[in-house]
Amino acid sequence: MPKPLIQFDNIVKTYTSGDLVTEVLKDVSFTIAKGEFVSIMGPSGSGKSTLMHILGLLERPTSGNYYFADKNINTFNDEDLAHLRNREIGFVFQSFNLLARTSVLDNVKLPLIYSQNKKKMDERATKVLESVGLGHRLDYFTNQISGGEKQRVAIARALVNEPAVIFADEPTGNLDSKSGIQVMQILQELNRQGKTIILVTHETFTAEHAQRIIQVYDGQIVSDQPVKNQRQARAGEALK
Amino acid sequence: MLGIIIGVGAVVLIISLGAGAQSLILGQLEGFGGDLIGVLPGQSDSNGPPASLYGVKVTSLKSGDAEAFKDEKNVSHVLAVASYYQTSVSLYWRDHNYDGTLQGIDGDYLAVDGGEVAAGRFFSLDEMSANLRLVVLGSTVASELFSFNDPIGQKIKINNKTATVIGVMKERGQVGFQDYDDLILSPLLFVQKEVAGVNYLSAVRIKIDSADNIDESMEMVRQTLRERHDVGDPADDDFSVRSFRDALALVTSITDALRYFLAAMAALSLLVGGIGIMNIMLVSVTERTREIGLRKALGATNRQVLSQFLFEAIALTLIGGIIGLIGGTLISYLTAIIVRSLGYRWDFVISAFSIIIAISLSTLIGIIFGYYPAKRASRLSPIDALRYE
Repeated sequence: MPKPLIQFDNIVKTYTSGDLVTEVLKDVSFTIAKGEFVSIMGPSGSGKSTLMHILGLLERPTSGNYYFADKNINTFNDEDLAHLRNREIGFVFQSFNLLARTSVLDNVKLPLIYSQNKKKMDERATKVLESVGLGHRLDYFTNQISGGEKQRVAIARALVNEPAVIFADEPTGNLDSKSGIQVMQILQELNRQGKTIILVTHETFTAEHAQRIIQVYDGQIVSDQPVKNQRQARAGEALK
Repeated sequence: MLGIIIGVGAVVLIISLGAGAQSLILGQLEGFGGDLIGVLPGQSDSNGPPASLYGVKVTSLKSGDAEAFKDEKNVSHVLAVASYYQTSVSLYWRDHNYDGTLQGIDGDYLAVDGGEVAAGRFFSLDEMSANLRLVVLGSTVASELFSFNDPIGQKIKINNKTATVIGVMKERGQVGFQDYDDLILSPLLFVQKEVAGVNYLSAVRIKIDSADNIDESMEMVRQTLRERHDVGDPADDDFSVRSFRDALALVTSITDALRYFLAAMAALSLLVGGIGIMNIMLVSVTERTREIGLRKALGATNRQVLSQFLFEAIALTLIGGIIGLIGGTLISYLTAIIVRSLGYRWDFVISAFSIIIAISLSTLIGIIFGYYPAKRASRLSPIDALRYE
């Protein structure tokens, strides 16, 4: 068993609004090893988004310990977390979250601007855009390209700092099936190259592209099982 | 933004006008040599102009007073004493007419006021102390009354008296409160007796050997007049004695008032502009909440988000500041052109200092009023910001 990259120990997250205390995550514990491709599934309101936010260091748990690469996140301040997100984590969102009126290349360079390693930013961003097949779109504005291309730009942006983990939150949710397949293909290829991928989705079909599925329901993990026949995304095949 | 433009523009204007006014005052001091004492009839407090300047006729100053100033026993350091009687007149020559100021002068006129003759000749000393119907015209008067005709030797009518033009003065422009080109000079006795029918003076100017002795001589002039006019208490003085430096101090106080007004306007505009910038930035932070969330998710620290929005605010105020700098420069340039066209000396100065002030002031406003919106942006939680629709 490889050393866990991510370790959740009794994570609890509650939101307080007025007198109302909502327990969104109830005592969640699991580990994810380096190099795994994991899907987190669950209906809306199940707590999977909160789980993902805590995993992605965007939010802190109310209680419990989160070890990322053996380091306890509770001991980190906001600035440490920002640096850790920048270095170790790449996000891919359902709604792309690209900067409008900004070129594809500049969007991908964004994490580099916030990183400590600012050498050869154009070169690195260009290289990673070429690796997702967008070498010909560098100077396009993000509103001039298709949805599938936008998501590939977002993946390039997630990859540019060579993070340990990619978090993909419903990455195919806003895409047509052909573009969705392309995105899943890229994620699987990245996983083969050794990247840890955590995919949040509510579609079983999409989730089965991973090696392991964690089902979340009502703030708890209800199942955590390996995928018996991992789907391989191929061009031409339709998602769904 | 407009507030910043006006504010910085006003600041540039203040600095430039200050320099211009200084050059004006300097020019005036040079014009007078700074060593003249003016004696006017009628009392005035030390700040305001004497009553005679407002057209009130005060008859207390006599030629005998002027003679007394020439006596070393009364007033020392005196080089020359010029007496004046001045009155508004209408001049006629053929079918031309001109309304000007007739100034009766005596022998010391050139020593005190200076000036050169452009055509014809000036009065001889004997002529100036006699009741003769002769005039020397200022350049404006000559050109208005005679157009392209030669005025020398022509007879003109002053009110209903006839006088002969013997000379025209060189163009000189405005010095102090007086436009020399608009004067008609004539012997004092003629003006007093024939034109105005009076026996008093409207002013006496005394030239002192050195500006350092002005205060001493001024006090002696006062003492002499009090003795001659039987004034016991200085509060009852029926005259006022001024040095031209005092008169220039008046000009300075006027330009200072203008500068304070501009400074207050600048401060107010900058405040209003700053609040405007703060508003723009708050709206921008709200509109770009998702972007802020994204930047944070990608690893921007609070400080990086703060400085991004702070720099945007500074960029806004800097643009405003630069426009203001250009506007202020243009206005002060126009001021310089206008003031020069009136015949004054006015330097157009845009110093490196005002550029530095304009830039640092607008940066400062950007920092002060951009800080709060930027702080708010930096404190947004990445999750709330990303969820924001």
